[in-house]
Amino acid sequence: MSAPDAVPSLEVSGLAYAYPDGTQALFGVNAVVGRGERVALLGPNGAGKTTLVLHLNGILGGGLGTVRVGGLAVDARDKKALREIRRRVGVVFQDPDDQLFMPTVREDVAFGPANLGLRGEELDRRVAAALERVGMGHVADRPPQHLSFGQRRRVAVATVLAMEPEILVLDEPSSNLDPASRRELADVLRSLDVTVLMVTHDIPYAAELCPRSLILSGGVIAADGPTLDLLADEELLREHRLELPFGFDPAAAAARPR
Amino acid sequence: MGAGHAHRLYLPGTSPVHRLPPQCKLVALLAFVLLVVATPAHRVWAFALYAALLAAVAVAARVPLATVARRVVIEVPFVAFALLMPFVANGPRTEVLGVALSQSGLWSAWNILAKGTLGVIASILLAATTEPRVLLLGVERLRMPQLITQIATFMLRYGDVVTAELGRMRTARAARGFEARDLRATGVLARSVGALFLRSYERGERVHLAMVSRGYDGRMPALADVGATGVQWAAAAALPAAAALVAAAAWMVP
Repeated sequence: MSAPDAVPSLEVSGLAYAYPDGTQALFGVNAVVGRGERVALLGPNGAGKTTLVLHLNGILGGGLGTVRVGGLAVDARDKKALREIRRRVGVVFQDPDDQLFMPTVREDVAFGPANLGLRGEELDRRVAAALERVGMGHVADRPPQHLSFGQRRRVAVATVLAMEPEILVLDEPSSNLDPASRRELADVLRSLDVTVLMVTHDIPYAAELCPRSLILSGGVIAADGPTLDLLADEELLREHRLELPFGFDPAAAAARPR
Repeated sequence: MGAGHAHRLYLPGTSPVHRLPPQCKLVALLAFVLLVVATPAHRVWAFALYAALLAAVAVAARVPLATVARRVVIEVPFVAFALLMPFVANGPRTEVLGVALSQSGLWSAWNILAKGTLGVIASILLAATTEPRVLLLGVERLRMPQLITQIATFMLRYGDVVTAELGRMRTARAARGFEARDLRATGVLARSVGALFLRSYERGERVHLAMVSRGYDGRMPALADVGATGVQWAAAAALPAAAALVAAAAWMVP
């Protein structure tokens, strides 16, 4: 998997955070994601998954602990470093309608790299390449609201790929997708050569795509290991409100060729 | 959602009018409307000439006149007031079909009706030949503050999303047996509107989050350049120039 000597894509240590209203969401999260790894972050609703994601690119901050992305510390006060952090961390939000806000797909994909200062031909090349990587080159001139939900999700992935991120963070990537769109998105994600952190409670999807999983529960990392090993531990799953869907057998999934 | 590939008012095409840069068309429209408004109402022939000019533009833009006629209906609620004028205005009266009508009221009604219709037709032609988002680029080229064009861009993008949400709420209400029968339904509807506002507000926050995550710092990056050449400005000026001749004639002819 990851070479231990290389700088990891993501390093979270001792991260704790309480919302201004006093609700404590994270109680000391420690996690390392190596370069090129695909890791699932599993957890029940309200476990603090979204709070953790918003720390990764410095939208939330000010609590205890540190987050490093490719060796660079995330510091919400350092505006210049923050710009680089937001290039390195590509967050794909759950609802593509939140992510795609420009009048056409092309402009939306160009939004990120243009904020990084790219213009003209180089920008066009970036946009075309990112759309090609998710197989959406043919919809570049259409308004996002006229695409199917699955297409919108893939375009949302392209909008952050265009920024050439160090790590791709996906918030519930499989939610609301029909089976064919799920499979198409899985093919896209497998074809990318970037680090992926997939936040989800879709256990079969995690088993299919991510060799390694973290379980976030009650604001701490409760388990960290190979996905299929974690899924085989029924007691662990039950303890953290993660149940296997009806008919899903991790052992059979492990035996299936991919 | 997903009804067509462009805005309802836009008729895709490649006519010379379609190809003009948006800012040229906007300025031409504004100048034309100002000239029409400045023309004395008594010169009926001038308004006929204006209408002929617009018909020429429609033909050049290959916008069917029937489409224009259908869309003019939008002005009906606004000109309804004009139709009342001959009845309520004071001054000397004249007999029309046995009804005594105010002369000045008739002229006022004609004034509103003629100028309003010409303005609406000109706007319909602009909307039919210019995509809304391109129009916004044109507005931005005309040095409109970016904050305002950004708001308009988001309205354009999220109008459909919010409408769809409203539709789903209506379906959900109906599915639980709600019917707006009388005034008592107002409370329910008002709460729906409130919920819609909150949802839209929260969506706004999420969109902002997604924008900040991709490096947004308050300014939209300029992506498309819709610069206009002198020739294009001159072409767009044809309509207001012709209208200016008509207006000048209307003022000077005794």
